[in-house]
Amino acid sequence: MNNNETIRILLVDDDEDDRADFIAVFAGLRMNTFVETLKDGVALMNYLMNDAAKLPHILFLDLNMPKKSGLECLIAIKKIDRLKDLTIAIYSTSSSQKDIEDTFVNGANIYIRKPTHPTMLKKILMHVLAINWQYHTSGLNKDNFLLQL
Amino acid sequence: MNFYVKYDLQVICRNLLLEKIGMIGLDCQLNNTNELSFREEVSPDFLATINEGFRNAGIEIVASPESIIVEKTKEAILELISEEDNLVLSKTSHHLARTLNVSYRYLAAVFSEVTYSTIENYIILQKVERAKGMIAAGILTFTEVAWKLNYSSVGHFSMQFKNTTGLTPTLFKKIITQRRNNQQAAFSMNESPGLNI
Repeated sequence: MNNNETIRILLVDDDEDDRADFIAVFAGLRMNTFVETLKDGVALMNYLMNDAAKLPHILFLDLNMPKKSGLECLIAIKKIDRLKDLTIAIYSTSSSQKDIEDTFVNGANIYIRKPTHPTMLKKILMHVLAINWQYHTSGLNKDNFLLQL
Repeated sequence: MNFYVKYDLQVICRNLLLEKIGMIGLDCQLNNTNELSFREEVSPDFLATINEGFRNAGIEIVASPESIIVEKTKEAILELISEEDNLVLSKTSHHLARTLNVSYRYLAAVFSEVTYSTIENYIILQKVERAKGMIAAGILTFTEVAWKLNYSSVGHFSMQFKNTTGLTPTLFKKIITQRRNNQQAAFSMNESPGLNI
C-alpha cells in the first residue's frame, strides 16, 4: 500500500553476462528494489525449499539451463503450496510459440523474450515490475495474470 | 502505605493492541510494536471502521494521506468500471476530481508516485482484468465482452487486450482452459486411488 516497500527480485540464469546486464538495470532506480541472482535451477530449488527464506515478489527464470531447466523448475514450484502465489516471469531467448504456451499453461505469469539492447531491457523490466506491483497491491486475480513481452 | 507500580509501556501497548485486534477479529499480524500487516487489501472505509473500534483505547491506525487518496481513487475507478453504462473514459478525469474533491493534476501526480502506474494505465488494466474474468468464465463471446465493457468494437477491444497483455483474447482463453484441464486431470489422478470402482 505504500511505495516504500522493497520489491524483492530473484533471477535464475546460467549466463553470467545476462545476470550482469539484469542487475545493471536496477541501479539508480526510483523503485526500491533488492535483486538477487542464482545460476541454476538446482540452486533455485534449494533456495526456495528453505522455509525461512523471504520469498521474492517476482522470480525471473531462464528456460535453457544445465542440470534443471526453467520449465522443470516452474512445474516443481507450482506443486508446492507455499510457493503457488509467487509471480513467475520466464526470461528466455526463445520466441517459440510452443515454449510460450507450455510455460503459460504450466503456471508462468509473464513471458519475456530477452531483448538485445540494454535500453529495451530496462524498459521491459520496469513495465513488468509496475504491472506486478498492481497485482500485488490491488488484489487482482493472479490466476488470470498472463503477460507476454 | 503507598506502593509504586512499575510498568513496561511497550508490553502494555502491545498487549492492548493485540487484544483489540482479537476483539474486532482482524486478520492481521503485528510486526513490531507499531506496524500492522494485513493479509488482504484494506479499503479506506474499513480502515475508518477499525479506527472507530480502536478509538476508546487511544489507538489509531495512521496511513499517509497520499496512500489514502490513492486507495480512494482506485475505489472510484472500480466503481466506474463496474457501472457498465457509465464508462465514458474522456470524462473520467472530471469524475475522479469531483468525487475526491481535488484537482486532477494533483491526483494524477500522487497516483503515479505511489503506484508506479498512471491513472489511465490503471483504468485500462482494470478493464482488461474484467475482460479476463469474463473470458475465463467462458460464458460470453468476445463481442459480448467488448460490448459490456463499452468498447466501440470487438476489434478495438482485442487490440487493447493484446497491447496490455501481449496475448490475443483467443490465446488467453486457450491457455486458461488448458491450465484448468491440467489441474483437473492432476486432481482426479490424486483422487482416483481412493475410489474403488
